[in-house]
Amino acid sequence: MKLKAPESVFSSASFCPGCGHGLASRLIGEVAEELGIQHSLVTVVDVACCSFNIDYWKFDTIMAAHGRDIPTAVGVKHVRPGSSVLAYMGDGAAYSIGMAETIHAALRNDNICVIVINNSVFGMTGGQMAPTTLPGEKTATSPKGKDPTRYGTLSGVELLKHMDIAYLARGELVGSAGMIKAKKLIKSAFQHQLKGDGFSLVELLSPCPTNLNLPPVKARDFVHNEMTKYFPTGVFIDKGGVE
Amino acid sequence: MSKIKLNISRCKGCGYCVAECPRKALSFSGHISDKGYDTVQVDESLCIACGSCYRVCPDSVFEILE
Repeated sequence: MKLKAPESVFSSASFCPGCGHGLASRLIGEVAEELGIQHSLVTVVDVACCSFNIDYWKFDTIMAAHGRDIPTAVGVKHVRPGSSVLAYMGDGAAYSIGMAETIHAALRNDNICVIVINNSVFGMTGGQMAPTTLPGEKTATSPKGKDPTRYGTLSGVELLKHMDIAYLARGELVGSAGMIKAKKLIKSAFQHQLKGDGFSLVELLSPCPTNLNLPPVKARDFVHNEMTKYFPTGVFIDKGGVE
Repeated sequence: MSKIKLNISRCKGCGYCVAECPRKALSFSGHISDKGYDTVQVDESLCIACGSCYRVCPDSVFEILE
Protein backbone atom coordinates (compact mmCIF):
# COMPACT_ATOMS: atom_id res chain seq x y z
CA MET A 1 0.00 0.00 0.00
CA LYS A 2 1.53 3.27 -1.13
CA LEU A 3 1.19 6.13 1.32
CA LYS A 4 2.26 9.67 0.60
CA ALA A 5 1.45 12.98 2.24
CA PRO A 6 -1.37 14.73 0.34
CA GLU A 7 -0.46 17.31 -2.28
CA SER A 8 -2.75 19.85 -0.67
CA VAL A 9 -0.53 20.24 2.39
CA PHE A 10 2.91 21.81 2.36
CA SER A 11 5.91 19.97 3.72
CA SER A 12 6.20 21.00 7.33
CA ALA A 13 4.48 23.49 9.58
CA SER A 14 5.73 25.47 12.55
CA PHE A 15 3.99 23.32 15.14
CA CYS A 16 5.84 22.03 18.21
CA PRO A 17 7.20 18.47 18.06
CA GLY A 18 4.34 16.02 18.61
CA CYS A 19 1.54 18.56 18.14
CA GLY A 20 -1.80 17.10 17.04
CA HIS A 21 -2.45 19.95 14.61
CA GLY A 22 -0.01 18.44 12.09
CA LEU A 23 -1.92 15.16 12.27
CA ALA A 24 -5.36 16.76 11.90
CA SER A 25 -4.21 18.98 9.03
CA ARG A 26 -2.83 16.02 7.13
CA LEU A 27 -6.06 14.05 7.63
CA ILE A 28 -8.11 16.98 6.31
CA GLY A 29 -5.82 17.13 3.25
CA GLU A 30 -6.21 13.39 2.66
CA VAL A 31 -10.01 13.54 3.00
CA ALA A 32 -10.29 16.58 0.71
CA GLU A 33 -8.31 14.77 -1.99
CA GLU A 34 -10.30 11.54 -1.60
CA LEU A 35 -13.57 13.45 -1.99
CA GLY A 36 -12.15 15.57 -4.83
CA ILE A 37 -12.97 18.87 -3.12
CA GLN A 38 -9.41 20.14 -2.65
CA HIS A 39 -9.80 22.87 -5.28
CA SER A 40 -13.13 24.19 -4.02
CA LEU A 41 -12.65 23.80 -0.26
CA VAL A 42 -12.53 27.05 1.71
CA THR A 43 -11.10 26.76 5.20
CA VAL A 44 -11.49 29.26 8.02
CA VAL A 45 -8.89 29.10 10.78
CA ASP A 46 -8.81 30.69 14.19
CA VAL A 47 -6.04 32.98 15.45
CA ALA A 48 -4.51 30.50 17.91
CA CYS A 49 -2.10 27.65 17.03
CA CYS A 50 -4.41 26.50 14.24
CA SER A 51 -3.58 29.72 12.37
CA PHE A 52 -0.25 28.12 11.35
CA ASN A 53 -2.33 26.11 8.92
CA ILE A 54 -2.59 29.21 6.76
CA ASP A 55 1.00 28.36 5.71
CA TYR A 56 0.42 24.59 5.77
CA TRP A 57 -2.62 24.08 3.56
CA LYS A 58 -2.84 24.94 -0.12
CA PHE A 59 -6.61 25.48 0.27
CA ASP A 60 -8.03 29.00 0.17
CA THR A 61 -7.86 29.95 3.83
CA ILE A 62 -9.32 32.82 5.84
CA MET A 63 -8.15 33.73 9.32
CA ALA A 64 -11.15 34.87 11.34
CA ALA A 65 -11.23 36.93 14.52
CA HIS A 66 -10.68 34.82 17.62
CA GLY A 67 -13.60 32.44 18.17
CA ARG A 68 -15.47 33.75 15.11
CA ASP A 69 -14.53 31.03 12.63
CA ILE A 70 -18.00 29.56 12.53
CA PRO A 71 -19.89 32.77 11.58
CA THR A 72 -17.16 33.53 9.02
CA ALA A 73 -17.53 30.03 7.58
CA VAL A 74 -21.33 30.41 7.51
CA GLY A 75 -20.89 33.67 5.59
CA VAL A 76 -18.58 31.99 3.06
CA LYS A 77 -21.08 29.14 2.64
CA HIS A 78 -23.91 31.62 1.93
CA VAL A 79 -21.84 33.42 -0.70
CA ARG A 80 -20.38 30.27 -2.26
CA PRO A 81 -22.93 27.49 -1.71
CA GLY A 82 -21.07 25.26 -4.19
CA SER A 83 -17.89 25.22 -2.12
CA SER A 84 -17.24 22.98 0.84
CA VAL A 85 -16.49 25.09 3.90
CA LEU A 86 -14.53 24.07 6.96
CA ALA A 87 -14.15 25.97 10.24
CA TYR A 88 -11.02 24.70 12.00
CA MET A 89 -10.36 25.77 15.56
CA GLY A 90 -9.26 24.78 19.02
CA ASP A 91 -11.33 24.15 22.11
CA GLY A 92 -10.66 27.68 23.36
CA ALA A 93 -12.33 29.16 20.28
CA ALA A 94 -15.16 26.66 20.00
CA TYR A 95 -16.15 26.20 23.65
CA SER A 96 -14.88 29.33 25.36
CA ILE A 97 -14.76 32.64 23.49
CA GLY A 98 -16.80 31.32 20.56
CA MET A 99 -19.36 29.25 22.48
CA ALA A 100 -22.30 31.45 21.45
CA GLU A 101 -21.32 31.16 17.79
CA THR A 102 -20.97 27.38 18.03
CA ILE A 103 -24.35 26.90 19.71
CA HIS A 104 -26.24 29.29 17.41
CA ALA A 105 -24.77 27.81 14.22
CA ALA A 106 -25.90 24.40 15.53
CA LEU A 107 -29.36 25.83 16.30
CA ARG A 108 -29.65 27.15 12.74
CA ASN A 109 -28.18 23.87 11.43
CA ASP A 110 -25.94 25.77 9.00
CA ASN A 111 -24.44 23.53 6.32
CA ILE A 112 -20.75 23.70 7.32
CA CYS A 113 -18.14 21.39 8.83
CA VAL A 114 -16.48 22.29 12.11
CA ILE A 115 -13.36 20.56 13.38
CA VAL A 116 -12.40 21.28 16.97
CA ILE A 117 -8.96 20.34 18.27
CA ASN A 118 -9.34 19.70 22.00
CA ASN A 119 -6.03 19.68 23.89
CA SER A 120 -7.51 20.58 27.32
CA VAL A 121 -5.56 23.87 27.66
CA PHE A 122 -5.24 27.27 25.96
CA GLY A 123 -2.22 26.24 23.91
CA MET A 124 -1.01 29.31 22.02
CA THR A 125 -1.10 31.68 25.00
CA GLY A 126 1.00 29.45 27.27
CA GLY A 127 -1.11 26.59 28.58
CA GLN A 128 -3.63 28.37 30.81
CA MET A 129 -6.58 26.53 32.35
CA ALA A 130 -9.48 26.17 29.90
CA PRO A 131 -13.10 25.05 30.31
CA THR A 132 -11.98 21.67 28.93
CA THR A 133 -9.16 21.23 31.46
CA LEU A 134 -9.60 17.99 33.41
CA PRO A 135 -10.21 18.05 37.18
CA GLY A 136 -6.86 18.08 38.99
CA GLU A 137 -4.88 18.84 35.81
CA LYS A 138 -1.93 21.17 36.37
CA THR A 139 -1.73 24.14 34.01
CA ALA A 140 0.01 27.54 33.98
CA THR A 141 -2.89 29.11 35.89
CA SER A 142 -3.75 26.10 38.05
CA PRO A 143 -0.31 25.02 39.33
CA LYS A 144 -1.86 22.91 42.12
CA GLY A 145 -4.29 21.27 39.71
CA LYS A 146 -7.76 22.39 38.61
CA ASP A 147 -10.07 22.50 41.65
CA PRO A 148 -13.20 20.57 40.62
CA THR A 149 -15.22 22.14 43.47
CA ARG A 150 -14.76 25.59 41.87
CA TYR A 151 -14.46 24.88 38.16
CA GLY A 152 -16.35 22.39 36.07
CA THR A 153 -15.11 20.56 32.99
CA LEU A 154 -17.04 21.35 29.83
CA SER A 155 -17.79 18.79 27.16
CA GLY A 156 -18.91 20.60 24.02
CA VAL A 157 -20.11 17.37 22.47
CA GLU A 158 -22.46 16.77 25.45
CA LEU A 159 -23.98 20.22 24.88
CA LEU A 160 -24.60 19.61 21.20
CA LYS A 161 -25.77 16.01 21.60
CA HIS A 162 -29.46 16.83 21.83
CA MET A 163 -29.57 19.40 19.02
CA ASP A 164 -30.97 18.83 15.55
CA ILE A 165 -27.69 18.74 13.60
CA ALA A 166 -26.36 16.46 10.87
CA TYR A 167 -23.25 14.94 12.42
CA LEU A 168 -21.49 14.97 15.76
CA ALA A 169 -18.48 12.83 16.64
CA ARG A 170 -15.36 12.73 18.73
CA GLY A 171 -12.08 11.02 17.88
CA GLU A 172 -8.54 10.98 19.19
CA LEU A 173 -5.31 11.73 17.33
CA VAL A 174 -3.48 8.90 19.06
CA GLY A 175 -1.87 5.88 17.43
CA SER A 176 -2.45 4.30 14.08
CA ALA A 177 -5.95 3.03 14.98
CA GLY A 178 -7.01 6.40 16.38
CA MET A 179 -5.82 8.14 13.20
CA ILE A 180 -7.75 5.74 10.93
CA LYS A 181 -10.93 6.32 12.97
CA ALA A 182 -10.39 10.09 13.07
CA LYS A 183 -10.06 10.15 9.28
CA LYS A 184 -13.38 8.31 8.93
CA LEU A 185 -15.09 10.88 11.18
CA ILE A 186 -13.71 13.81 9.17
CA LYS A 187 -14.75 12.15 5.92
CA SER A 188 -18.29 11.55 7.20
CA ALA A 189 -18.58 15.20 8.25
CA PHE A 190 -17.63 16.38 4.75
CA GLN A 191 -19.97 13.85 3.12
CA HIS A 192 -22.84 15.26 5.20
CA GLN A 193 -21.98 18.75 4.01
CA LEU A 194 -21.86 17.59 0.38
CA LYS A 195 -25.31 16.03 0.84
CA GLY A 196 -26.58 19.32 2.31
CA ASP A 197 -27.60 17.79 5.64
CA GLY A 198 -26.45 20.70 7.79
CA PHE A 199 -24.10 21.35 10.69
CA SER A 200 -21.44 18.75 11.41
CA LEU A 201 -18.89 18.95 14.20
CA VAL A 202 -15.96 16.62 14.83
CA GLU A 203 -13.95 17.06 18.01
CA LEU A 204 -10.44 15.59 17.93
CA LEU A 205 -8.60 14.97 21.20
CA SER A 206 -5.07 16.11 20.58
CA PRO A 207 -1.77 16.02 22.48
CA CYS A 208 -0.12 19.36 23.38
CA PRO A 209 3.28 18.21 24.72
CA THR A 210 4.61 21.75 25.23
CA ASN A 211 1.83 22.92 27.53
CA LEU A 212 1.20 19.62 29.25
CA ASN A 213 4.92 19.69 30.15
CA LEU A 214 5.30 16.11 28.98
CA PRO A 215 7.45 14.39 26.35
CA PRO A 216 5.36 13.85 23.16
CA VAL A 217 4.80 10.11 23.69
CA LYS A 218 3.65 10.67 27.32
CA ALA A 219 1.41 13.55 26.23
CA ARG A 220 -0.17 11.18 23.73
CA ASP A 221 -0.67 8.58 26.47
CA PHE A 222 -2.30 11.27 28.63
CA VAL A 223 -4.81 11.95 25.86
CA HIS A 224 -5.54 8.25 25.41
CA ASN A 225 -5.69 7.27 29.09
CA GLU A 226 -6.95 10.39 30.91
CA MET A 227 -8.78 12.68 28.48
CA THR A 228 -10.94 9.92 27.04
CA LYS A 229 -12.37 9.27 30.55
CA TYR A 230 -14.02 12.70 30.47
CA PHE A 231 -14.39 12.98 26.71
CA PRO A 232 -15.50 9.58 25.39
CA THR A 233 -14.92 9.03 21.69
CA GLY A 234 -17.51 7.85 19.18
CA VAL A 235 -20.24 9.00 16.82
CA PHE A 236 -23.12 10.72 18.66
CA ILE A 237 -25.29 12.03 15.82
CA ASP A 238 -25.29 10.71 12.26
CA LYS A 239 -28.48 11.92 10.62
CA GLY A 240 -29.56 9.50 7.93
CA GLY A 241 -26.07 7.99 7.64
CA VAL A 242 -23.62 9.06 4.98
CA GLU A 243 -23.79 6.10 2.66
CA MET B 1 13.59 -1.85 -3.92
CA SER B 2 13.32 0.45 -1.00
CA LYS B 3 10.06 0.20 0.98
CA ILE B 4 10.14 3.46 2.85
CA LYS B 5 11.45 6.94 2.21
CA LEU B 6 12.26 9.42 4.98
CA ASN B 7 12.20 13.14 4.39
CA ILE B 8 14.39 13.65 7.40
CA SER B 9 14.62 17.45 7.18
CA ARG B 10 10.97 17.55 8.34
CA CYS B 11 11.55 15.38 11.42
CA LYS B 12 11.12 17.05 14.81
CA GLY B 13 12.03 13.97 16.84
CA CYS B 14 8.71 13.56 18.66
CA GLY B 15 9.15 9.77 18.76
CA TYR B 16 5.56 8.82 17.88
CA CYS B 17 6.81 6.58 15.06
CA VAL B 18 9.41 4.92 17.29
CA ALA B 19 6.68 4.12 19.85
CA GLU B 20 4.21 2.97 17.18
CA CYS B 21 6.40 0.80 14.91
CA PRO B 22 5.28 -2.84 15.42
CA ARG B 23 8.63 -4.27 14.24
CA LYS B 24 10.88 -1.80 16.11
CA ALA B 25 12.43 -0.82 12.79
CA LEU B 26 12.61 2.85 13.79
CA SER B 27 14.94 4.38 16.33
CA PHE B 28 16.52 7.69 17.20
CA SER B 29 19.71 8.20 15.19
CA GLY B 30 21.51 10.50 17.60
CA HIS B 31 22.07 12.82 14.65
CA ILE B 32 21.02 16.37 15.50
CA SER B 33 19.34 18.07 12.54
CA ASP B 34 19.75 21.70 11.46
CA LYS B 35 16.64 22.55 13.50
CA GLY B 36 18.21 20.98 16.60
CA TYR B 37 16.15 17.81 16.82
CA ASP B 38 17.32 14.24 17.35
CA THR B 39 15.94 12.63 14.18
CA VAL B 40 14.80 9.07 13.47
CA GLN B 41 16.42 6.35 11.35
CA VAL B 42 14.98 3.18 9.84
CA ASP B 43 16.34 -0.36 9.66
CA GLU B 44 14.88 -1.44 6.31
CA SER B 45 15.55 -5.13 6.95
CA LEU B 46 12.92 -5.02 9.75
CA CYS B 47 10.42 -2.72 7.97
CA ILE B 48 7.23 -4.40 6.72
CA ALA B 49 5.82 -1.20 5.09
CA CYS B 50 2.70 -1.31 7.29
CA GLY B 51 2.32 2.48 7.24
CA SER B 52 1.96 2.97 11.01
CA CYS B 53 4.75 5.56 11.00
CA TYR B 54 3.13 7.47 8.14
CA ARG B 55 -0.20 7.62 10.01
CA VAL B 56 1.17 8.86 13.33
CA CYS B 57 3.75 11.34 12.00
CA PRO B 58 2.63 14.96 12.54
CA ASP B 59 5.22 16.26 10.08
CA SER B 60 4.72 13.90 7.12
CA VAL B 61 8.28 12.58 7.26
CA PHE B 62 7.42 9.15 5.86
CA GLU B 63 6.45 7.91 2.46
CA ILE B 64 5.58 4.25 1.95
CA LEU B 65 6.70 3.18 -1.50
CA GLU B 66 5.08 -0.26 -1.90
